[in-house]
Amino acid sequence: MKKFLVSLLLTVSLCFVAGLYLPWWSVAVIPFLIAYLIPQTAFKAFLTGFLSVFVLWFLIAFVLDSGNDHILSVKVATILPLKGSYLLLNLIGSFLGGLVAGLGALSGALLSKARG
Amino acid sequence: MKFIPFSISAIVTILLVWALNKPWGSIPALGAFFSPQQGFWQNAESTDNPGSISINDPFIKGSVEVYLDDRLVPHVFAENESDLFFAQGYLHAKYRLWQMEFQTHAAGGRLSEILGPGKDSILLLNDRQMRRLGMVYGAKKALAEMEAEPKTKTTCDAYTAGVNAYIHSLSSANLPLEYKLLGYQPEEWTNLKTALFLKYMSYDLSGSENDFEFTNVKSVFDQHAFELLFPITRDSLDPIVAKGTPFDSAKVKVLMPVTADSLYFQWKPVVPETVSKPDQDNGSNNWAVAGTKTASGRPILCNDPHLSLNMPSLWFEIQLTCPQFSAYGASFPGAPCVIIGFNQNNAFGFTNAMRDVRDYYTVKFKDESRKEYWFNNSWQPSRITVDTFMIKGGGYYFDTVVYTNIGPVMYDQNFTGREKYRTNGSNYAVKWKAHEPSNELMLFYELDHSTNYSDYQSAIKYLSCPGQNCLFASKAGDIAVWQQAVFPAKWRRQGDFVMPGTDSSYFWQADIPQDENAHMVNPSRGYVSSANQLPVDTTYPYYIGGHHDLYRGKLINRKLEQMSSITIKDMQGLQNENENLFAETAMPVLLKNIDETQLTSSEKELFNIVKTWNKRNDPNEQGVAVFHSWFDSLETTIWSDEFAKVPQPYITPDESTLIEALIRDSAFQFIDDISTPEKETLAQQVLKAFKKAVPELMIAKKEGRLVWYKFKDSGIQHLTRVGPLSRLHLKTGGGVHVINATKQFHGPSWKMIVELTDKIRATGIYPGGQSGNPGSKFYDNFVDTWASGGYYDLWFMTKDEIKDKRILSTITFKK
Repeated sequence: MKKFLVSLLLTVSLCFVAGLYLPWWSVAVIPFLIAYLIPQTAFKAFLTGFLSVFVLWFLIAFVLDSGNDHILSVKVATILPLKGSYLLLNLIGSFLGGLVAGLGALSGALLSKARG
Repeated sequence: MKFIPFSISAIVTILLVWALNKPWGSIPALGAFFSPQQGFWQNAESTDNPGSISINDPFIKGSVEVYLDDRLVPHVFAENESDLFFAQGYLHAKYRLWQMEFQTHAAGGRLSEILGPGKDSILLLNDRQMRRLGMVYGAKKALAEMEAEPKTKTTCDAYTAGVNAYIHSLSSANLPLEYKLLGYQPEEWTNLKTALFLKYMSYDLSGSENDFEFTNVKSVFDQHAFELLFPITRDSLDPIVAKGTPFDSAKVKVLMPVTADSLYFQWKPVVPETVSKPDQDNGSNNWAVAGTKTASGRPILCNDPHLSLNMPSLWFEIQLTCPQFSAYGASFPGAPCVIIGFNQNNAFGFTNAMRDVRDYYTVKFKDESRKEYWFNNSWQPSRITVDTFMIKGGGYYFDTVVYTNIGPVMYDQNFTGREKYRTNGSNYAVKWKAHEPSNELMLFYELDHSTNYSDYQSAIKYLSCPGQNCLFASKAGDIAVWQQAVFPAKWRRQGDFVMPGTDSSYFWQADIPQDENAHMVNPSRGYVSSANQLPVDTTYPYYIGGHHDLYRGKLINRKLEQMSSITIKDMQGLQNENENLFAETAMPVLLKNIDETQLTSSEKELFNIVKTWNKRNDPNEQGVAVFHSWFDSLETTIWSDEFAKVPQPYITPDESTLIEALIRDSAFQFIDDISTPEKETLAQQVLKAFKKAVPELMIAKKEGRLVWYKFKDSGIQHLTRVGPLSRLHLKTGGGVHVINATKQFHGPSWKMIVELTDKIRATGIYPGGQSGNPGSKFYDNFVDTWASGGYYDLWFMTKDEIKDKRILSTITFKK
């Protein structure tokens, strides 16, 4: 449980900082490194990665969207097309981010396991 | 073996990242797009008021204070002009960068680079058309002129530096939304881009030629018929310069070539289909009333240029103040200065002159290589260039364009407009006033600085293309309108058709001397006006040509004649006027000629709507939809038989030509349907036209779309035509031939009224908002007010008002 929480917090904070300077796919690399360095079971590693970035992306977008009164998100959610649902738009984006991070973390955990 | 699970997982991860890192068709690269720290969420601007910021740049020599008011209009106060225009460039880029670049890409024929070639290569064809028309060629010549004049050179350099200072401050996270959607990056701004933008306005406002269309029409009709169908003037014309004003005889004489009858008027080739032209209704209204007619005793100037209405808007409101001058008004993101506005002394505005300043010539080449062309009885060397087009998604397109002494060969065997249309492979070169060196920016620069009428008079001399009706009013009490450009002096009908390019006698022989351009200064009637009508009556000593509106100008003059003690509010009413003078002219003819007993009960229902209609294009009227459909149908009924033999492209006569012909002569020769043995009467055709219009109108009625605003369905489209970024289905009245010229996607793009009292009072509005960011609350906040005919007070701020509560925040520029 401790490993899980530490990994989660580390992933969230490092992904946040990396997002300011590095390309978006840092959300694959960072969970990979953390899962490699802090070994967990494959499932737990995936869950850590997924949850970290899902929550991180969702919260950042949620804050920006609320401050914007959904002016932009409704437009983007109509272009995409999601019938203007800003919530669905955010969920889809966060899910994609979470999936990339989860797979990154899974790979890290599997590499760590393979190397014994 | 133990690495297999890892390998599979790693491969899946990499594949997913790869897939999310690249665009798929029109779907942007989703990884970066959704990343809330880099993608579109970053464009979701806080709806709180923008915070004050300070910008340091080594270009700045003094300091600049910018006060952003509650409509996000920047009031720029600088210590010198260079800093002022730097700030303007920065602000244009800060709020409108994507649009500035997009419009100059469109002007320079580079849209396929960012959008791809388009369906059936339509975007690539448009790009090729822009290059072949010589947009870049013309812009480079204009740039040389602009940079040869120290004032405009300094202005452009500062403006460009300001735009680039903003571009350099951008990270991938704060790129405008459209770059993220379309997946490309802004490039450096240059003075050439400013020149290209201004050239684009020349293009947009000099579409008043129908050389190919007329040539095709002429191939079927004789001279008598052609003059009837496309008359040079109209019976009911009320020109810009009042009828009866005497003109001196022409200072320059032009001669019709001796071969004109055999080589020009009798000449019957079929010419290619052209790709696209700017909207022929790119017109406008402007008028100024003298103090004798106003409540305040001071002149009032009004202007509303009619252009394609887009998001983000073509216009950006700004106040520019420095020790040399202080001006307020609408500016073009892409160019320095205030374009339509006022300063401490004067107000100025523009409408389109609709003159024909672009002609086409057939070129005869010696052989396939097109290295030599025949001119004045000898072979002359041509210049062959290869234009390169980058295509989004990879690849290049190379287009060979030949230049002769006329200009670029726009249409030839490689380019006939729409590719599917086959021609005999003739070569048509284009001669356009916008190809000649000129410095239009100087016009605006000097107007912004002007102190009196004579400053205005010298400023407008810099306008060489497009032809504009330059309107002026001053605190000193002067009002004036000059139709200004460098207009070629033409012999009658010169350049209405494609001309032979083998002989210099068909070239433009001279320009009309500037002082002979149509003008009216301080007339005793107390007002001047222009609304794209013919500038003069037939006593004017030069041939006018072009394509002109009739009814708006007539109604404006009629109303102004009757008005007195005019206030700003009265002028707002006039700009929003929905009275339809064309309908008032045409309806009696239609009603007189329809036999009601021939109508079925459902037809009768529609007929009663139009019969009782008040002839106003108000948003909730129904008669206007019925009237327009009926008249359109009548035009088809009258013309389609005779024009059936005319090859594409062609145009049919104006609505005003038809109605005046029918008023003059109810046995007008074209009424008869020549495809039938019997001889139809006007009454038969009017009835037939009504019946043909009914089915579509019935559908509209059933769907509740017969009320004018729904039938017309006005909107402001985003430049990319992406629906959710547009503002569609607005409730507006007005329309074609109406002073409130709001059509579906075209109309009053900046409505301004300026009263030249000691402290200037002005109101204005444009459909859009100051911010080009669709994620900003300032993106479209003017649209609803605009649609309902409302205005904002234009605040010509002074430095002692910096504590005013309208100021939201400040931007400071320092070294």
